[in-house]
Amino acid sequence: MKHVLKYIITRVILTIPMVFILLTFVFIILRIMPGDPVSAMLGAHAPEYVIQEKKEALGLNKPVYIQYVEYLAQLARFDFGESMIFKQKVSSPIIEKLPATIELGIFGMLFSLVIGIPPGAFAARKRRSLPDFGIRLYGNIVWCIPVYWLGLMLQLVFGIWLDIFPIAGRTGTKVFPSLFERTGFYLIDTLITGNITAFLDVLYHIFLPALTLGIYLSGVYIRLTRANMIDILKSDFILAARARGIPENKIVYNYALKNAFIPILTMMGLQFALLIGGAILTETTFSWPGMGRLLLERIYSRDYPTIQGIIVVFALGISMISLIVDIIYALVDPRIKY
Amino acid sequence: MNSPVCEIKNLHIEYPIAIGTVRAVEDASLNLYPGKVLGLVGESGCGKSTLGLSLLNLVRPPGKVSKGSIIYKGQDILTLPGKKLLKLRGRNISMIFQNPLTSLNPLMKIKDQFYDTMIHHEPGLKKEAAMKRIEELVELLGIEKKRIHEFPHQLSGGMRQRIMIGLALIMKPDILIADEPTTSLDVIVEAGFIELLNQLRQTYNLSVMLISHNLGLVAEIAERVAVMYGGKIVEEGSAESIYSNPLHPYTLGLIQCIPNIKLENQHLFTMPGSPPDLVHPPPGCRFSPRCPKVMAQCRKELPPLIRKNEQKVACWLYRENR
Repeated sequence: MKHVLKYIITRVILTIPMVFILLTFVFIILRIMPGDPVSAMLGAHAPEYVIQEKKEALGLNKPVYIQYVEYLAQLARFDFGESMIFKQKVSSPIIEKLPATIELGIFGMLFSLVIGIPPGAFAARKRRSLPDFGIRLYGNIVWCIPVYWLGLMLQLVFGIWLDIFPIAGRTGTKVFPSLFERTGFYLIDTLITGNITAFLDVLYHIFLPALTLGIYLSGVYIRLTRANMIDILKSDFILAARARGIPENKIVYNYALKNAFIPILTMMGLQFALLIGGAILTETTFSWPGMGRLLLERIYSRDYPTIQGIIVVFALGISMISLIVDIIYALVDPRIKY
Repeated sequence: MNSPVCEIKNLHIEYPIAIGTVRAVEDASLNLYPGKVLGLVGESGCGKSTLGLSLLNLVRPPGKVSKGSIIYKGQDILTLPGKKLLKLRGRNISMIFQNPLTSLNPLMKIKDQFYDTMIHHEPGLKKEAAMKRIEELVELLGIEKKRIHEFPHQLSGGMRQRIMIGLALIMKPDILIADEPTTSLDVIVEAGFIELLNQLRQTYNLSVMLISHNLGLVAEIAERVAVMYGGKIVEEGSAESIYSNPLHPYTLGLIQCIPNIKLENQHLFTMPGSPPDLVHPPPGCRFSPRCPKVMAQCRKELPPLIRKNEQKVACWLYRENR
C-alpha cells in the first residue's frame, strides 16, 4: 500500500511538467492563430482607438512573452483568470459544464464497452464464421464513420422517424434543473433529491448522445478484444484448462477474457482522449451543454484564457484517467506491483 | 499382462492446410496398460503431440481425426458427445504440457485453478473439503500447502510443473498423458519429476503416455516404447529390447544420437536429411530418403508394421519373418 501511495504521488508530480508543456503549446498556437478576442468582439469595422483601448484593457498590447509569464504566475496561484469576452471568471463556466461532459463521457464509455467487448470475444470464439465476419465488418465501419454523421443518423432514426428519444439537451421542457441542481451531475442530483421523474428524464436524454459515442468507440474495442482473445485462446493455459474438462463458456468468458482485458484496459486509458474529441462533436450535434461545446464557442470568440483553462482541465482529466487505469492494472493482474 | 485401459486403433489424423492435407498421424495403434508407462518417441513434428491430444479429442482445429477409434472403458472417445467428453477430460484422462511456465492461468490463484477443475467434475463439492484435498495432494507433490494461496508467477518453474501434475491428478485419473513434460526444466528438476512420476503411478495405478524426444528420459521410466517417424509408428516394443536391439534404422539412428560420456573422442552421430514433408510424403517408406540401409522396394512400397521377436517394426529389412 505504501508503494502504491508513493507511485501515485510520483505520477501526480509528473503531470505538472506535462501540463506546463501542453499549456505553452496552446498559448503559442492561440496567439499565432489569425484573429484575437478584440476583433472577434468588436468586428472588423471598429475604430482603431477603440481597438487599442480594448487591447490595453485586456493586456494584449504587451509583448507575448510578458503575457505568458503573467499567465503562468496567475496559474501558479491556482487562478485561471477572467474571461476576455464575458464578465466572468474562467472557472465558472468550466465548473458549470464539466459535470455534463463527465456524465456523457462515462455513459459513452460504458456503452462502448458493452457494445464492443462481448461481441469481440464472441467473434474470436467463432473465428472465421459468418457472425465473426459480420462483427468485424461492423467494427471497421463504425471506426470509419465520422461521429457527427453517426449522431445525425441516430437523431434521424430514433428521434424523428421512430420518435422515441429526444435529440437535444440534458432535460425535457417539463423538468427544471433548478429544482434539483446541486453538483451539476444531474443523475446524482435527481437521486439525492429523490426526484425519480426527473432522474428518468435525464437518463432518457443522455441515451442517444451516449449511444453515439459508444458506437463510435466500440469499433476499437471489438477489434482489440477479438485480436487479443484469438491470441489468448491459443495459449498453453487455455489448452491445459480444456484438457481438464473446464467448459468452453467458462474458458472463453472467464479465463480468456480476463487475460485479454489487460490490453483493453490500456486502450481504455488512451480512448479517453478520443472520447473528449468525440464528445466535442457529439455535444455539438446533440446541443449538450458540456465542455466540448464550451470549448468550441470560446474558440470562435478567441477567448484565450477560457480556452487555456479548458485545455488544462482536459489534460488533468486524461492524466488522472491514465493513473486510475494504472492502478486498476495492479488490481486485475497480480503480476503487476508498484 | 493385464488388459489395456485404453486402446488406440488405426488412428489417422489430418490437418487440412492451404497447399494440401498434412497427414500428421497415420494408422497408429497403441495400447495403454494400468500402472505402466508407454514412451512415445520421435523428432519434432512427427505427430506425437497430436496423437497425445487425440486421447482427449482435443486435436487443435482445423486438425481432425479422419479414421480410427480410441476405446476407453468400452466407448470410443472420438464419438463421445460433448458433455460426456468434458466429464472425461481431467477426470479419467489427464494431460500435462510442455511448458509449465505458461500452462497455468496467470490471473488465478493456484487453489482456484484446482477448485475450478474439481467443482466441474464434482458439482456441489464443499469448498473446505476441496481445500483439504488440494493441500494433501500439493504436500504429496512436495510443495508447502500455504503456497496454494499464491499466484503462478510467485512459484518457481519446478513448483509450477508439480502444480501442473497436481491439477492433472486431483481427480485421480486412469491415464496421464505427459507431453514433453521436462523439456523446459533443468536436469535437477527433471530428475525430481521422474522420481515423482514413478511414485505417483504406483500410488494411483496410473497409466502414463510419456511423449518425448528425449530417449534418455523415456529409457528411465517407460516399460514400453513406441517410435514415431513422419506420422507413423515405425517400431514398438519393450523399452529394454528397443534400446538393446533396435530393429528399425531410424530407431538405431536415434539411439546413436545420444551422447555417451564413457566413450572418449567419440564422433556424435547425426542423421542426414530432415523429417519428411507430411503434405507430400515420400512414396514408400517415410524414412527411405534418409535411411542408410535403403533398398529399391523401400522407395516404392510402404512397409507394414510386423512382429519380429518381441517387437513390432515397419521395415522391409524384416519382411521374410512375416
